[in-house]
Amino acid sequence: MRHTGGYSADTRLRWPELLPWVVALAGFFLLPDYLALGARILIYILYALSLDLILGYAGIITLGHSAYFGLGAYVAGILSAKLGVTDPLLQLVAAGAGGALLGLVTGAIILRTKGLTLLMLTLAITSVLLEIANKATALTGGADGLSGVVIAPIFGIFKFDIFGKTAFLYCLAVLLAGWWVVRRLIYSPFGASLTGVRENALRMHAIGAPVYWRMVLVYTLSTALAGVAGGLLTQTYQFVGLNVLSFESAGELLVMLILGGVGRIYGAFVGPLIYLVVQDALAKQFPEYWYLGIGVMLVLVVMFARGGVLGIVDGIIARLRRKP
Amino acid sequence: MNVALETRGLCKSFGALTVAADIDFRLETGARHALIGPNGAGKTTFVNMLTGVLPPSSGKILLGGEDVTTVAQSARVKRGLGRTFQINALFRQLPVLDNVALSVAERRRIAPRLWRAASAHQDVRDESMELLATLGLADDAGQRILDLPYGKQRLVEIAIALGLRPKVLLLDEPAAGVPSLESGRILQVLDNLPKDIAILIIEHDMDLVFRFAQRITVLVQGEVLVEGTPEEIGKNQRVHEVYLGEQHHE
Repeated sequence: MRHTGGYSADTRLRWPELLPWVVALAGFFLLPDYLALGARILIYILYALSLDLILGYAGIITLGHSAYFGLGAYVAGILSAKLGVTDPLLQLVAAGAGGALLGLVTGAIILRTKGLTLLMLTLAITSVLLEIANKATALTGGADGLSGVVIAPIFGIFKFDIFGKTAFLYCLAVLLAGWWVVRRLIYSPFGASLTGVRENALRMHAIGAPVYWRMVLVYTLSTALAGVAGGLLTQTYQFVGLNVLSFESAGELLVMLILGGVGRIYGAFVGPLIYLVVQDALAKQFPEYWYLGIGVMLVLVVMFARGGVLGIVDGIIARLRRKP
Repeated sequence: MNVALETRGLCKSFGALTVAADIDFRLETGARHALIGPNGAGKTTFVNMLTGVLPPSSGKILLGGEDVTTVAQSARVKRGLGRTFQINALFRQLPVLDNVALSVAERRRIAPRLWRAASAHQDVRDESMELLATLGLADDAGQRILDLPYGKQRLVEIAIALGLRPKVLLLDEPAAGVPSLESGRILQVLDNLPKDIAILIIEHDMDLVFRFAQRITVLVQGEVLVEGTPEEIGKNQRVHEVYLGEQHHE
């Protein structure tokens, strides 16, 4: 199930890759009361996919991905609430472009560094943005959040309804497009060279790869996707809170991806699904202690499943195949 | 003969420590040249300066007559400079085929492409397979580097460099850590390399050096002690004292 891409890779679509879409559609029809949670899961899957692209495939570690997610959320929100641009697709394009632009500028600076320096710089970027959003109350609503977000019907036809049906299907369609782009990228020669950088940057330099520019490009693509995910969040909830830019949001995303499995594409599907469902269930049962349950779950994964949930699945499949 | 690679007065210092002092060196097209010297002589530093990993403190590096002293590493590779590493620098989790294909794709300028699948680039796969076949690695194409014996990993090191079709190839101890039985295979591979490639080999295995090289440069404490044919070097008393003598003591 590990999708490493490369020149030996089999790029054909396999049946397990259809599962997420079948599960999503089944959820839509069978669990109509959970469509808001479902839409949130779909958004976080897209957000986690964007992180997997840089962390799982290019080996760029970050604690600041929320900067681009949050910027996308605010771009969509400000366009609607302050500038009267209510077309959802236009907002989404703007959110993606905002994420990409910030990713390009910040990536060009921070990707000259490595390790802890890089980690701290990513953290600094999201902290700076959080403070800007906090202070620019006229534009962002500050600590009170940005309300008054209005979303026009998609293609002028599909209205966002109170039950969240349109939002769910809209998020699913955008996720499908995002997944398709990420999958193509990973299997492309560019994706193969990213894996090369992750595996051995020294050698990639020695075979003439412009490693720095490849990193900047994948970072920009990833942040564009994170921006789109942020835009979707705004459109779904029609509100933007400061928490979208928080370090906690970035950390939570990292936890989700590690839980699912890093560098596997579908780890980004499994992680947010488990994390958000468990979080929702625990928050209802134990409103004060739900974080404890998340913590225990993470400790178990780190101790017994370094490859995340999909790593466990891989292990089981490998064991079954070894048996005669 | 054309000069494929040349250095003029190349120096490198780290503070008060000088690791390369005024090195004048010429490598002619198609040459088989060895660089030897005791540990700490500055051989790897010299290679790192040639490839652009380390900037020299002073002096010039000319590749095909063109000054590349300040040219980036990747641009030097595109001008025909390839290298291997003393300690394997391979893509350990990837199959052997992909290790070579990454290098072939860079040379063919396919690597930056974003859309069509890498495995659909049959030209890259074919060329990589052909290269592996010439090195006797065709049967291992699907194996991950991790699962490959060390001797074969050293051959993959060379295959990756050859994927760049270099005009100048710097081989940093290609037989390092390889049992003597298998080093014969490496020598065989080196003997069969295209004759138009200028090769500079850094090696401690004197058997391999004296069988392979047409000329030898001896580096001691960052300075060129002497340069000559294998016969001249073998007979040189100073070389015996500072280098070969050291080996006899071991």
